[in-house]
Amino acid sequence: MHKARTNPFNTVGMHGALILYTLIALFPVFVILINSFKARKAIFREPLALPDSDSFSLIGYQTVMRQGDFLLYFQNSMIVTVASLFFILLFGAMAAFALAEYRFKGNLLMGLYLALGIMIPIRIGTVAILEMMVATGLVNTLWALILVYTAQGLPLAVFILSEFMRQVSDDLKNAGRIDGLSEYTIFFRLVLPLVRPALATVAVFNMIPIWNDLWFPLILAPAEETKTLTLGSQVFIGQFVTDWNAVLSALSMAILPVLILYVIFSRQLIRGITSGAVK
Amino acid sequence: MSVPRIRWHIIVFLAPATLVYTAVMIFPLFNTLRLALYSEVAQARVFVGLENFRTLFFDPIWSEQFWNALGNNFWFFLIHMLVQNPIGIALAAILSHPRLRFAALYRSAIFIPTILSFVIVGFAWKLILSPIWGIAPSMLDAVGLKFLFAPWLGKEEYALTTLALISVWQFVGIPMMLIYAALLSIPDEILEAGEIDGITGMSAFWKVKLPLILPSIGIISILTFVGNFNAFDLIYVAQGALAGPDFSTDILGTFMYRTFFGFQLQLGNPHMGSAIAGAMFAIILVGVCIYLFGIQTRMRRYQL
Repeated sequence: MHKARTNPFNTVGMHGALILYTLIALFPVFVILINSFKARKAIFREPLALPDSDSFSLIGYQTVMRQGDFLLYFQNSMIVTVASLFFILLFGAMAAFALAEYRFKGNLLMGLYLALGIMIPIRIGTVAILEMMVATGLVNTLWALILVYTAQGLPLAVFILSEFMRQVSDDLKNAGRIDGLSEYTIFFRLVLPLVRPALATVAVFNMIPIWNDLWFPLILAPAEETKTLTLGSQVFIGQFVTDWNAVLSALSMAILPVLILYVIFSRQLIRGITSGAVK
Repeated sequence: MSVPRIRWHIIVFLAPATLVYTAVMIFPLFNTLRLALYSEVAQARVFVGLENFRTLFFDPIWSEQFWNALGNNFWFFLIHMLVQNPIGIALAAILSHPRLRFAALYRSAIFIPTILSFVIVGFAWKLILSPIWGIAPSMLDAVGLKFLFAPWLGKEEYALTTLALISVWQFVGIPMMLIYAALLSIPDEILEAGEIDGITGMSAFWKVKLPLILPSIGIISILTFVGNFNAFDLIYVAQGALAGPDFSTDILGTFMYRTFFGFQLQLGNPHMGSAIAGAMFAIILVGVCIYLFGIQTRMRRYQL
């Protein structure tokens, strides 16, 4: 029976299965990227061939640059994502600190209240959210999106961060108190730097869903000047659906920023998931 | 500590998160449920009780669409449970093998579809499956299976299953990662104890590891459930708000969007939209309760 652990057939089989699935996972992305650099005829004649000197063409990218305001969309997505992450981390860490550090009446109830939103998707409340944004004049502003994503991200952030804050040593905080530091200084100067890895985990978890969301940009901020990259590329592709060069180039341009973010943060993301932060 | 005074710093720490969360999430959630009890008569909001729900469940025009969307949604969920989660578990089991090389590389590559937006995934697969471009038929031709090809996204009987499988392709990384983490947390002593008893290889997976990762399988099931029952983006991108062909890919998310915003000749109706949101809320709540009280508390947790 011990053969099973070193059997070469097993090793080959395992790599075979993994390579097969990796190909399935990457094939569509690969096809889109290579064809975005080809002339129209080559896209149809040899869809799986790499672009060569004969078939190479940037015509799709030229159309995208001329027709779509992708720089603006990108900027909007950046602002929304960064601002939402900032508020999720700041407000989430503050609330998590209060729940983890102080004993007060209603602590448990407060924790449960804030945790409700982990399982209930915020989309259910869309009708009333839109009504509220119209009433406050926030519709078609980036603030509407930032507020919604902050509210959406807070429950899990508070939950994860308070777990980590409980592990910060009491001696350190009490030493600070004896030195006369205020509770605010203890939080910002002593505790926050110590939970930096947990903050990074929360940021990475929230980053991709916010960047990729289509629902709220479509409903709350569909105006040309507030379109995010996800909504912008959806609308652009819908209009240029018969121009294959433009569609493929727009898709590649939408893939690129997420792929770069992933390469930078994948270690953090995978460590976050595998460290059991989602338990 | 027992001096009854208000500790202002606690309030200051809690206030911003509580305010934003309450104002933008909890309040609209209940307000939406409240709006479901109203209707618009002569441009005024009138309280109608459960009338909207009666229309939704029993009025022939509405109920046909609603039950269609609900049934499709369950099929969508079933495919995820039967395809996505087993593939995810199998990949995680292979990846967690102790002497496997390049595990990190495979793991990162297989996770890539999960980080892409629905817009990219939807259009990319639409192009690949398109009979005009012909990548899918020519690839099937290469392995002698060309007769299997059909314009899958355009046929009523295949479209929903095709979209569900595209979604599975996109999200298989999540169960893979969570199960992978659970498998890594099993201590070596337990596996070695099994080995001494002659349990290795496949039987070690079925008899030792699988029972230990059941709680994680429970978590991925409820995550899949909640995710599927508020899905919208992929269907909208690939098939539009009408969820064609002939509503065969309509799920609750697209049905709510169409009802709320209107399409073509039908005007948007926020009150019926709220009623659908209310039904979605109830379904998700029932699912979460079944998980929390029926599955999670009864599941045997092994002290590791």
